[in-house]
Amino acid sequence: MKLSDKPLSAKEIAAGIKNKTFSATEIVRNSLSRIDKLDGDIHAFLAVTGDQALLRAKEIDEMVSKGEDPGILAGVPIGIKDNICTRKVATTCGSKILNEWKPPYDATVIEKLRSQGAIVVGKTNMDEFAMGSSTEHSAFGPTRNPHNINCVPGGSSGGSAASVASGMVPLALGSDTGGSIRQPAAFCGVVGLKPTYGLVSRYGLVAFASSLDQIGPFSRNVEDSVLLSNAIMGHDPLDSTSLDIETPPIKIDIDKGVKGLRIGIISEFLEGISPEISKAIELACKYLEEGGGQIESCSVPSVRQSLSAYYLIAPAEASSNLARFDGVRFGMRVDGKNAEEMMVNTRTAGFGNEVKRRIMLGTYALSAGYYDAYYGSAQKLRTLVIRDFKSAYQKFDVLLSPTTPTTAFEIGAKVDDPLTMYLSDVCTIPTNLAGHPAISVPFGHDSKGLPIGLQVLAPALKDNLTLRVAKYLESAVEKANV
Amino acid sequence: MSEEKYEPVIGLEVHCELKTATKLWCACPNEFGGEPNTHICPICLGLPGTLPVLNRNAVEYAMWIGAALNCEIKPSKFHRKNYFYPDMPKDFQISQYDEPINVQGYLDLPTGIRIRIERAHIEEDTGKSSHLGKSGRIHASYGALVDYNRAGVPLVEIVSAPDIRSSEQAKDYVSELRAVLVATGATDGRMEEGSLRVDANVSVRKGPNAPFGTRCEIKNVNSLRSLVRAIEYEIKRQIEILEDGGRIVQQTRHFNEDTLSTVALRSKEEAQDYRYFPEPDLPPVSPLDTWINKVKQELPPLPSQRRAKVKETFGTAEDSQIITLVEQDLDGLFLDVVSRGADCEIALRRLLNEAASQIEAAKKLDAQDFAELIGMEKSGKLSATQCKAVLANMLEGGGSPMQIAASLGFEGMNSNELEEVITQIINDNPDAFERFKAGDEKVSQFFVGQVMKATKGKANGKAVIEFLEAKKS
Ligand SMILES: [Zn+2]
Repeated sequence: MKLSDKPLSAKEIAAGIKNKTFSATEIVRNSLSRIDKLDGDIHAFLAVTGDQALLRAKEIDEMVSKGEDPGILAGVPIGIKDNICTRKVATTCGSKILNEWKPPYDATVIEKLRSQGAIVVGKTNMDEFAMGSSTEHSAFGPTRNPHNINCVPGGSSGGSAASVASGMVPLALGSDTGGSIRQPAAFCGVVGLKPTYGLVSRYGLVAFASSLDQIGPFSRNVEDSVLLSNAIMGHDPLDSTSLDIETPPIKIDIDKGVKGLRIGIISEFLEGISPEISKAIELACKYLEEGGGQIESCSVPSVRQSLSAYYLIAPAEASSNLARFDGVRFGMRVDGKNAEEMMVNTRTAGFGNEVKRRIMLGTYALSAGYYDAYYGSAQKLRTLVIRDFKSAYQKFDVLLSPTTPTTAFEIGAKVDDPLTMYLSDVCTIPTNLAGHPAISVPFGHDSKGLPIGLQVLAPALKDNLTLRVAKYLESAVEKANV
Repeated sequence: MSEEKYEPVIGLEVHCELKTATKLWCACPNEFGGEPNTHICPICLGLPGTLPVLNRNAVEYAMWIGAALNCEIKPSKFHRKNYFYPDMPKDFQISQYDEPINVQGYLDLPTGIRIRIERAHIEEDTGKSSHLGKSGRIHASYGALVDYNRAGVPLVEIVSAPDIRSSEQAKDYVSELRAVLVATGATDGRMEEGSLRVDANVSVRKGPNAPFGTRCEIKNVNSLRSLVRAIEYEIKRQIEILEDGGRIVQQTRHFNEDTLSTVALRSKEEAQDYRYFPEPDLPPVSPLDTWINKVKQELPPLPSQRRAKVKETFGTAEDSQIITLVEQDLDGLFLDVVSRGADCEIALRRLLNEAASQIEAAKKLDAQDFAELIGMEKSGKLSATQCKAVLANMLEGGGSPMQIAASLGFEGMNSNELEEVITQIINDNPDAFERFKAGDEKVSQFFVGQVMKATKGKANGKAVIEFLEAKKS
């Protein structure tokens, strides 16, 4: 058959391959040719693993012809953020210091994807060690926004977001420490979910801030997000912070609508946002009310201090997590007169400026004499954020906010101004501090044609509720556009 | 110089490797030795993306140690101790910091002195570097090799209060601690293989009521002998400085086995800031009360209890003998043999003098056989010399002492035969016998010698004397 120009969803691909409408090989070829055609401009991928993907596609096709079920993602091409370890395939974290390091093992999510029939077609670009909000901090050059190649795709999972938005792949994995899935999803007009902390194994995710990091899905629609979530979630004995619960909580009840749901609009996140995003929120409220949702304004006071708490906790953990990049066992090595000098030389040459900035910030925050004032108070603030969300969720089932204060900004606009750059994560960071789930769902465009994303937040383990509300908003936008 | 007016104050930090089957965070074998970098995996190499998963057995072993040291076993947390060093795969060590699993215990030394234990916490071991440079220090070397087989091996660090007052006491503490640790089964306690490593904090002060002096930490003490020497050297060094009007600088010092002296590694001013913070990859460890109680109930008898048991059975034994008996792990055999009717004194003597030199073989001795052997010496069927010879054979291959004695030709002489021989010798030496009757004890040895010569050593010396005594009247 001839594959249509409109990219297929993951659900359509898996179904089509299973009923032999088309083959996994055709699908992978199609994905690879699209990457070939578009990625010169967009630069979503750091590496494309075409040969391996085609080999795997052949295996999937053989399974189908033998009547075996390859899994819920049968033959679906997927892009993997380059901080997720893939066996024998370079994993760079967007950094020179890893020096094309090829992990000797697969991350747990990669094993899970394989067992569900998904096919990894490449590793996607990112801000170095996931530190950034624009993918401009990649050591291998920025990724461009498919909606406007002069704009950033957001970050740090900018490559994953752009690869899905441009139709090169239907699915991609990202990681979200302070918004690194949701913010680029919003900028690129795709769906991005940060699951409840502990639902997806972190084993094989190169750590940025261990207590905040979570792997999650990118897709072009909410249903595909459910599909990918179900493939990657579940307890992993290799990750001690992985939740030991029976089954992933994502049920396919996302079509239930919003009738009777109590929905709070986080008032703190409406301050200082662009007028067009403000309008989008108003429109969303109208749709939700039409669907039977109860809308009310909701205050979560401590989210105002979240940014400061985050910029102490995340760098503190990062300063320790990134210590192992010392030139001794793997990656780049720049020699010196002795071991200490070799380590200093390696790290000086290997890390980019944003990474160095955060390592210094974190080292300082943990130093003797400063620990209580910085790291200690940040942890107290974190407790406060959790408490405020808890009281909000006594009144509301879900909370709604913009994902970002603005739509995608131009490449180069903020790269020299870290504080302004940090502000683009102001709406997404509190979720990570609380360990809760939150999703960004596309909700129209601004006057420049750039996508707007709305964020749906829910209490821990209510990931399906965020998907349900997101699905409703997605349908509402579709109906309005018809 | 007046050493008498100074009192040393010593606290010891003992690192003890746990003998779990696998390492603390991964499934690699926890074995001493092996070709370099053969017991490694992505996790204990700290490769990017890997995470630690706590070995439950290591926690249980740590709890055994806590229970044996009379500690309170508490909910605990892991922290990261951050510092750069090539033999630390992650460039931080996962350790317990302000919430260790065991706190506030004590250890009673055989001398009766009680040393308080401040804490006994779980942490991971590092790899081992060998430097190709001329000095032993990493800063001066131009090349280094690192073996990560030991990286991630579980350790318990036992920190004593500064309650120790002499090098001899420090030695007693480590010996007793080692015995306790080995008794729990948590470690093999081999200092020479590094499974027990000691750091000593030493200071001196003017008399028992003076405030503590500035202390120095001495590292690299690899044996009990080195511990005593290092502490003595350090005490002397500090007293000399004070007597010369100087001031002690708080520092870490390295004990040099060759020069038997300590040299400064780094002072407090250059001390590392370890930037401890809670390990985000590991949840807190909160052993349930049922688990703690089970550990306490199942704790094997400790050396002090075992010594008390021996003392109870054999009250006149010397303390030093009992300590050695328990140290050699031969107290079980001793009590078993005695319970089968063997004589305490002879059994203890044979165990300490003969069996102790072949501990492994001695532990395999059949208690019934051994009891029989002691019985044969006691009854005079075997002389002391014969008994030792039979025992030596038993240690080599085992077997019944009767058969061994027979095969060695130690068939005890029966009383009639012996009496005949003695009567003959008395008749041949009437003058000597007269002197014996008059009370000249020395002559008895002459007779024993004569009898032995005539019987080719088969006779029992004690029996000969008894016959002589009987013949007096
Ligand atoms: Zn290992």
